[in-house]
Amino acid sequence: MISSQTAPLIETKNLHTYYDDSHILRGVSIVLKPGETLGLMGRNGMGKTTLIRTIMGLVRPRSGTVHVGGRDMTREAAFRIAQQGISYVPEGRGIFASLSVRENLAISGRAGIDGATTWTLPLILELFPRLAERLANRGDQLSGGEQQMLAIGRALMSNPRVLILDEATEGLAPLIRDEIWKTVRLVRDAGIATLLVDKTVSEVTAIADRVVILVKGEVAFEGSPAALKADPAILHRHLGV
Amino acid sequence: MSGFLSQLLNGLQYGLLLFLIASGLTLIFGVLGIINLAHGSLFMIGAYLAFLVTKATGSLWFALPVGIGAGLVIGAVLERVLFRYFYDREHLDQVLVTFALILIFEEMRSLVVGNDFYSVPVPAALDFSIPITAGFSYAAYRFFVIGACLVLAAALITWIERTNMGAVIRAAAEKPEMVDILGLDARRVHLTVFAVGTALAVTAGGLAAPLTSVYPNMGDGMLIISFVVVVIGGLGSVSGAFFAALLIGLIDTLGKAYGQAFAGSGLGNIIAACASMAVYILMVIVLLFRPAGLFGRRA
Ligand SMILES: Nc1ncnc2c1ncn2[C@@H]1O[C@H](COP(=O)(O)OP(=O)(O)O)[C@@H](O)[C@H]1O
Ligand SMILES: [Mg+2]
Repeated sequence: MISSQTAPLIETKNLHTYYDDSHILRGVSIVLKPGETLGLMGRNGMGKTTLIRTIMGLVRPRSGTVHVGGRDMTREAAFRIAQQGISYVPEGRGIFASLSVRENLAISGRAGIDGATTWTLPLILELFPRLAERLANRGDQLSGGEQQMLAIGRALMSNPRVLILDEATEGLAPLIRDEIWKTVRLVRDAGIATLLVDKTVSEVTAIADRVVILVKGEVAFEGSPAALKADPAILHRHLGV
Repeated sequence: MSGFLSQLLNGLQYGLLLFLIASGLTLIFGVLGIINLAHGSLFMIGAYLAFLVTKATGSLWFALPVGIGAGLVIGAVLERVLFRYFYDREHLDQVLVTFALILIFEEMRSLVVGNDFYSVPVPAALDFSIPITAGFSYAAYRFFVIGACLVLAAALITWIERTNMGAVIRAAAEKPEMVDILGLDARRVHLTVFAVGTALAVTAGGLAAPLTSVYPNMGDGMLIISFVVVVIGGLGSVSGAFFAALLIGLIDTLGKAYGQAFAGSGLGNIIAACASMAVYILMVIVLLFRPAGLFGRRA
């Protein structure tokens, strides 16, 4: 029995996930330790989103296991996995268009699994002052950047142990991207473990403690950002830079 | 003039009753994705329940709260033991199971109370008319129905639009997977929505019983007209259903009351026929030009 203090927050073992007959994840094992920032990289279609969706219980793996904080959560309902303190900001952000900004934030407000109440509405609004001006607006009245801030703010409102960001800066203007990266650093410094999927190599290698690269549903590289930057061949072959 | 006022009030009262039924139908469709054909049967059950309780206790005053409570229980049980297993099924399966429920409910009604018509007495305290103008007075019980429906409508809309639970319900109707991702237990939302939707239809049946008397298959007509309301209000929209129900209640009542006046000549007969079908014609027009409904917020 691993104590929940030291157990990895997320541990996948040999995950195989299919969409119908297409074999997408081919034996993926990754670990996310408490407080760690893990960069998950790879070209489009390599299985990053599928890996996250499998971890979250939104897709069933055909074989392999997902442990959260030492507990086997394979095949558990998605909401139970989220309740283990995993906050997932999906690609496309998942903002509720028909809810106000305030409602979008309030809907996930709760104490963390450890009882923490660090992230509250006032703190989120301090972090994203733009949202404070838009509290009464509907979700679909926000710009893309504001929606991303709202999605991250909403994820933090549940006081998670793990934040999963899937392509959080994609398609955003440079100034907004900078704001998102600033937030990611702040979240890291607050001690929340982060699984960061992003194509911006410079930022991911600057922020992450470790990087995993997926190629066709397999882990093709795992190591420190320094090791990755020191290997231009891998960068070129797997990330196209 | 007083005749018109009376029809206007009748239309308002009918529209508000329709809202109680249509709001549950639209909520259940919006959040659970199920078109519950048996929703009209719940109205029928409410009316028969009111009849039975009134007969046993002597007053509708007992029947109404019993109806609300029974409606919540019936809805919760139906969701738990039956509907829950049909959310992910094909529409045909859903249609078949809810149609089967209509047959089961009518058969049960036939076994328990038989196939006769029964009238339900208006409570004694409301068995009088309120004078409006010199020559016109309106039944106090009908005013009571208008008031009760308005209170229920206000409570429902406040719940949906202003509370945290309401926000979760709207979120679940819009992006169910995201509700799971946020760690919210959608099963609780489903149970609550189904129970409340059922209780509203049962309550509507109880309120209507003294006005329409109770009879076999009385829910069928209500189901069909409620679908018209749901379509015109915009599928899944409770506030849309409110305005649509009032519109339909007024058009239907006034159309039927005054369309007949044209009957006689050839053209007049056509006008009379159109007036009595006005709500269905309106539904077709809405479906053609504004498929998201007249009051739906967006397509
Ligand atoms: N719902 C789905 N049904 C079938 N195939 C899918 C589905 N989602 C993704 N895929 C396929 O799975 C592969 C991995 O996709 P994804 O996990 O989204 O990759 P990434 O996030 O790395 O871009 C791709 O080939 C994609 O086309
Ligand atoms: Mg992806």
